[in-house]
Amino acid sequence: MAKVLMKGNEAMALAAIEGGCDAFFGYPITPQNEIPEYLSRHMEERGRVFVQAESEVAAINMVYGAAGAGARVLTSSSSPGIALKQEGISYIAGSELPCVIINVMRGGPGLGGIQPSQADYRQITKGGGNGDYHLLAFAPENLQETVNIIKESFALADYYRNPVMIAVDGLLGQMMEPVDLEAAPKTEVPPEKAWAADGNSDRKGGRNVITSIHLDPLELEKHNRKLQKKYDEMVAKEQRYEMIETADADIVFVAYGSMARIARSAVKTLREEGIKVGMIRPITIWPFPEKAFDELPASVKSLLTLEMSLGQMHEDVRAANNGRFELDFYGRTGGVVPEPEEIIDHVKRMLEKEGSS
Amino acid sequence: MNEEKVIIAGFGGQGVMLMGQILSHAATVADLNTTWIPSYGPETRGGTANCAVTIGEERINSPVVSVPDSLIIMNQPSLDKFQKKLKKGGILIANKSQISDAVYRDDIEVYEVDANKQALEIGNLRVANMVMLGAYIAVTGVFSKDDMFAVFEKIFTGRKSELIDLNKKALEAGIRAVGK
Repeated sequence: MAKVLMKGNEAMALAAIEGGCDAFFGYPITPQNEIPEYLSRHMEERGRVFVQAESEVAAINMVYGAAGAGARVLTSSSSPGIALKQEGISYIAGSELPCVIINVMRGGPGLGGIQPSQADYRQITKGGGNGDYHLLAFAPENLQETVNIIKESFALADYYRNPVMIAVDGLLGQMMEPVDLEAAPKTEVPPEKAWAADGNSDRKGGRNVITSIHLDPLELEKHNRKLQKKYDEMVAKEQRYEMIETADADIVFVAYGSMARIARSAVKTLREEGIKVGMIRPITIWPFPEKAFDELPASVKSLLTLEMSLGQMHEDVRAANNGRFELDFYGRTGGVVPEPEEIIDHVKRMLEKEGSS
Repeated sequence: MNEEKVIIAGFGGQGVMLMGQILSHAATVADLNTTWIPSYGPETRGGTANCAVTIGEERINSPVVSVPDSLIIMNQPSLDKFQKKLKKGGILIANKSQISDAVYRDDIEVYEVDANKQALEIGNLRVANMVMLGAYIAVTGVFSKDDMFAVFEKIFTGRKSELIDLNKKALEAGIRAVGK
């Protein structure tokens, strides 16, 4: 199939359909409304389920129910809406159910604004809901990568029996770019879900119960250790990242999503001026790609974290760096999208400081 | 081709977003890389609507355009806001009909088009945007008239197919307006 020019939100919705999404439950919020708008038309055409719920809380609990019945389920929202869904996400993770959640991030805290942001990093990677759980969380940088990951995400959610989050910012949701849906990996047929509470009374082994309650502490601890094994497997197998011109770099940026794209322009311009910069681009933000930092040569002088927040991922960069290189941070927040020149200016200030010390 | 970055700006309702989308559609048809982004961040303030389009053979990095190669300016507030961002030697296509205080930088190439007047002569003020787009492709040579016509055929479907001829005429008027 040839490439088609699509708006980010619509491309994500189509990718979910192609990825085998059986059901969508959501509640409107800017800047992701084109996702439910697109699905409201196209899910019904294909005999699938689309429900606009009465609230985010209702939507995530519908996701819980449908996932428990064995369906491939999607919900989408934006930052404050995702905050409302945290209780349900914790229950879904605790009950070991697969689902895909798209978060088109906007500025916060609270209602914040409607412009692009990456300030949900902590909410996504450090829990959000209660308990010892994690989301497998992707933060793609362009629309082709986003549709590829969404198509793949339903199979990953099924494999781990865990929610997968696709975290993009409003810029990716609202922009247009050519995408090729056929280029994305072919979606696997869902595995047989012998655990599903689907009313199948013929199944051997008695009835299936979906729950996250375990009142006996020893039993709950055992359950947590079982969950932890999955998270350990994700850490071992799912760290994804891209190393960009890091082999001879003096300064290495760390940036994901739209920010990484903007930083790529800064890398190009600075390299043309003879300043050796490179970049680690996390593609998964949980698990955080610590392996990338091990690949950095000893000749690196410093790392510069770049975010559309005031330094949320920077905490993970600090941990992964483990005191090896100097650290610096530059970020804009509240819906301000930085221009490549701001990054270039910051790097030049870093070099001046270094020269004078 | 070299990477082309253009910002298109005007009042809401002047069809600014569509102009940019048509350029990105043409790029997609030509199997080029392209990004289209609507007004973002603080740029959304101040009563102008704008979009930024990047077109190129190489991978496109930042979709955010800070220093455009070209500007298509539909009204006075947009001229005031964006002229200073244009690169040295860049191309500015200005809709003379909506600009009262025409003060231009002397280090850029300026083309004034009376787009509203041209559109009214064709019979519909709403195609002033296509007049401007015609002037833009003629000056920059980014796409040919036929490339644009092919996009019209592709995106104006169903009842909107009635609009194809009108848009074609407007595009041609724009091309003529800059003497091409």
